[in-house]
Amino acid sequence: MSRADSRSLARNCAVLGMTKSDATVGAWRAYALVGPALAVIAVFFVLPLAMSAVLAFRGKTGEFTLEHFDKSWDLYRTDLMFTIGIVLLSTVLIGVVAIVIAGYLTLGENPRAVAVLRWLYRWPLFIPFIVTGQVMRTFLAKNGMLNHVLIGAGWVEPLAAQSVLDWRGIVVAFVWKQAPFVTLLLAGAMASLETQHIEAARNLGAPRWRVLIDVILPQVRGTLLVGLVLSFVTMLSVLSVPLMINPNSPTMMTVDVAYRINTHGDYAVANALCLMSLVVAGFGAWFYLRHSARSFSQ
Amino acid sequence: MSAIGTSMNAGAASSWPRMFGIALLLALFAFVIFGPLANLFLWAFAEKWYFPSKLPQEFGFTFWARVFAPRGNALTSLGTSIWIALLTVLMSLIVAIPAGYALARLRLRWRSLILLAFLLPQAVPNLPVYVNIARVFYEIGLNGTILGVVLVHAAHGLVLAVWIASAAFASVDVSLEEAARNIGASPWTCFRTVTLPLAAPGLIASAIFVFLESLDEFTGTYFVGVPDVTTLPLLMFNASMGGNYQIASITALLLLVPSIAFMLVVERFLKADVLAMVGR
Repeated sequence: MSRADSRSLARNCAVLGMTKSDATVGAWRAYALVGPALAVIAVFFVLPLAMSAVLAFRGKTGEFTLEHFDKSWDLYRTDLMFTIGIVLLSTVLIGVVAIVIAGYLTLGENPRAVAVLRWLYRWPLFIPFIVTGQVMRTFLAKNGMLNHVLIGAGWVEPLAAQSVLDWRGIVVAFVWKQAPFVTLLLAGAMASLETQHIEAARNLGAPRWRVLIDVILPQVRGTLLVGLVLSFVTMLSVLSVPLMINPNSPTMMTVDVAYRINTHGDYAVANALCLMSLVVAGFGAWFYLRHSARSFSQ
Repeated sequence: MSAIGTSMNAGAASSWPRMFGIALLLALFAFVIFGPLANLFLWAFAEKWYFPSKLPQEFGFTFWARVFAPRGNALTSLGTSIWIALLTVLMSLIVAIPAGYALARLRLRWRSLILLAFLLPQAVPNLPVYVNIARVFYEIGLNGTILGVVLVHAAHGLVLAVWIASAAFASVDVSLEEAARNIGASPWTCFRTVTLPLAAPGLIASAIFVFLESLDEFTGTYFVGVPDVTTLPLLMFNASMGGNYQIASITALLLLVPSIAFMLVVERFLKADVLAMVGR
């Protein structure tokens, strides 16, 4: 609660001739208003997460066991690595794309090109993952537009055309969908920077890419990290894209979870797999916290 | 006009090969953005499209007729999707508006912690949540019901709704409320006639966000909705996995329309003063 809030509260109390006990009633009312929303989060979010953690460690008779993790590791070790690899690669590519686009939007000298780019890059932002999956399923297929354009340009022999619907397809779909989100955050942060450092560096003759890397990026690192960590976590739990682009082994862990449940009704191994992906997401959060703590101490 | 004027100057300043390079890069980027969408569009209107051909051999509307047939699945799914999304908006706003108001205006000791709790569902993978909700719902008979799907969607939509509603209330000028109270309005009258109307654009924006999230949601519905609730995303998924690219593409286009329409109008509802208060 900010100082302005408490001041306005005190003023309200004074105006209305309220006593201190009335203010306490007001505080209880505040919790009553927030209560239902918090209860929904607790019941439909925190509780299922806790259940996941319990079920992953519980054997048939209710005893503590690690057998579900053993089984998960035996069966889906490759998929775990596959998932981490894909999500990490996508996160790095999203970061690079977002920095390049947001950088040009901030430093670009051709206003018309900046306007066109600003109009272009946002389109995938509001397109749902499930539609992204379908869009890429047609675009990247052997008979997709990508191959036709590459063949038409003479870069690929017609007979050498191949489908990109494997791990590469998942990465392309993730970057296509998530890079605009991070770009939007990053471009907003860059736009609110003070321009004097940038202008000073430009006046000293620094090329634009140096200004971007040495002057602008260090100041917006926090925003970039938030966007990347949120994207990282989102991609970890997307089911539709891997299911539509690359459902066969090796595939992402979300597909394995759906398979364990739909085909075997095996909630124990599914929860063990879920817990593994939670740990991976936890690494993302830890990475973020470590970096933000470091920038805080600076 | 001044933007065009400066762009003319910049154009004159930079050399022609440079301009050409920029234009080429932008064209390439436009292909990356719109190429996949164009491909979807072609499939939606293709009657026949076999391998070596670059474009569909025949265009037509046979599949559109099939999708929009009176007894077709698509219209039923569209109806289900919209019904679920409306109920989700209703349910999440009923709890999000009081919470948003309290977070923006009233005294809460753990305010930032509470705001953080509402961020949790965005920051943690949702799959374990859906899996276990589905297991519990199955036992109590909520799996495959509209109510079950609405509960799952509302719990997730609530997050955005609370954050935006809180920002919308925070952007309302306190002195207007004080004026209303000073001339004798009760707290409830003041909220109903002053605060709520002024916060309305932001609240509408949060309602649209929740509506779209519900409309596009796949994973939760996939686990909780089976086998009786088929929303549009599920129908699209089934058509696509069944190899029916035309039906899948037409359904995908149906899902795209509200999203893109929203992108074009979002700035009208979500003004900069509300955006500046998000997370404060």
